[in-house]
Amino acid sequence: MNFPKELKYTRTHEWVRFTDEKTAYIGITDFAQDQLGDLVFVNLPSEGDALTAGEAFADVESVKAVSDVNSPVTGTVAKVNEELADAPEKMNETPYEAWFVMAEDISGAEDLMDAEAYEEFVKTEGAS
Amino acid sequence: MKLIFERSVDGRGTDYIPEPDVKMTAPDFKPRERKLNLPRLSEVQVDRHYTELARETRGVNGGFYPLGSCTMKYNPAVAEDLAALPGFAGVHPLQEDESVRGCLEVMRTTEKCLAEITGMDAVTLQPAAGAHGEFTGLMLIKAWHVSRGETGRRKILVPDSAHGTNPASAAMAGFEVVNIPSDEKGCVDLRALRAAAGDDIAGLMLTNPNTVGLFDRNIAEITRIVHEAGGLCYYDGANLNAVMGIVRPGDMGFDVVHVNLHKTFATPHGGGGPGSGPVGCKKFLAPFLPGWRVNEKDGALVREEAKERVGDVRSFGGNFLVVVKALAYILSIGREGVPATAANAVLNANYLMHLLKGAYPMAYDAVCMHEFVMTLEKLKEETGVSALDIAKSLIDYGIHPPTMYFPLIVHEALMAEPTETETKETLEEAARAFLKALEDARREPEKAHLAPLTTRIRRPDEVKAARKPVIRYDFGA
Repeated sequence: MNFPKELKYTRTHEWVRFTDEKTAYIGITDFAQDQLGDLVFVNLPSEGDALTAGEAFADVESVKAVSDVNSPVTGTVAKVNEELADAPEKMNETPYEAWFVMAEDISGAEDLMDAEAYEEFVKTEGAS
Repeated sequence: MKLIFERSVDGRGTDYIPEPDVKMTAPDFKPRERKLNLPRLSEVQVDRHYTELARETRGVNGGFYPLGSCTMKYNPAVAEDLAALPGFAGVHPLQEDESVRGCLEVMRTTEKCLAEITGMDAVTLQPAAGAHGEFTGLMLIKAWHVSRGETGRRKILVPDSAHGTNPASAAMAGFEVVNIPSDEKGCVDLRALRAAAGDDIAGLMLTNPNTVGLFDRNIAEITRIVHEAGGLCYYDGANLNAVMGIVRPGDMGFDVVHVNLHKTFATPHGGGGPGSGPVGCKKFLAPFLPGWRVNEKDGALVREEAKERVGDVRSFGGNFLVVVKALAYILSIGREGVPATAANAVLNANYLMHLLKGAYPMAYDAVCMHEFVMTLEKLKEETGVSALDIAKSLIDYGIHPPTMYFPLIVHEALMAEPTETETKETLEEAARAFLKALEDARREPEKAHLAPLTTRIRRPDEVKAARKPVIRYDFGA
């Protein structure tokens, strides 16, 4: 299981890669894709959509189930990775490159975990 | 095996119906621009093709079919006989009332029976499936709030153990879905429910017994909390088979319910059914019921539409012949048979759970209702064999796999519902197969990943099928 040091994480297994204080890429973690299994479909938001920290902004479908993807931050969708829709396997193969959206005007990022804390979280409660 | 299109040869065909001896006329029409591409086969070829397909399918008539939460019970043949009577099978919904009074009486009697079983005051037979019934029920809830000027009630509370159709139906009906977590016993977390039950809720959707096979003992308190917040309570009847004739949703405090005739009331299920998901409600919601209702007027049954109705959710009276079969079932098992059915469904589930519980860890260690959930999380950790592998292996042991990876709150879940129509011997035989499959998988995990080994196409590539589905035949140039 991979937990890149430069990323921030949520309790619902999303990662955030800040490019500056107000802008960041968002995706799902290695642990998330491993738990979900082979992903076959992703439902993405549109550019300009509002993001609210802790609320669903996308969903992913595996052969087992559909799961919400929560936004780690509050902000606005600046860019959408449309490529994911045609190649959902990227979320399994390279979860930390398969970003869903780029968010801007970010706030509410205070509660995110660093890699060490997230790894610990996955170990203790992530499996439940 | 070949597709029917691959068996087609131009110019072939058998026509046992003679040419008509009257002159054929047709209105002016433009011929099709492209060939219709209907397969050309002789009748015997068609017959053999579909017989072969039928042999490749698995049904309740082929063996034990413990698909959890689907209530795959046996469908009695007598119901098929009755539904085939010309007075039912040969009528048209646009016929005048006086020429279809028998059909109207079937509908009214079925409505009465379902109202009695669910503790409701009125029933519509129009919805064609369970999720369709959920949507209809939510439309009633919405119409009622709106009729009282309460337009701010936009939230529907749904427990996290709910069938996926519940939040989906609520979203379809325009509501915002609020998830209510389960407590450690697998039932609704009352504290979370109280916190969520504000003056912006339209209602709650609940299955009881729930999807982990447990009867929520707090049900009276749950419906009271929702009512005090001004919301209504919707009962998802998917699991009614566990309690019918013993406890009624209406008495638990529910205002609207749907029942699945294709589950609880023994009409065909799967392969397109077709299904039927009647919706029952308390008196104050009855004016909003969709479609026409069968009423008595001057001693005769007539169809009438209420002006407050939410509209039609399907054409005419729904899947009428399914209703005929369900009524045949209800009347054949009778007043005593309804609760006896539920009791035997619960007994069978507990017996099978008891036979398996030493080897298969149960998600909740409690007496179950009509179904139970096993968790293979440990097996996966120890051997790499997943719930999917075990499910697929069971096919090699002659059993249709149970429901897997549901409910979502249980990891590596297998959910079995044997139903009341299976004998003690069948359950014991099934338990032996379950135990053997597990034993073999522990010994040869690699083999389990390949299961099933005895079917024609082995294990389908579900991921490829979902990512790159081929759903039409390519005729070429």
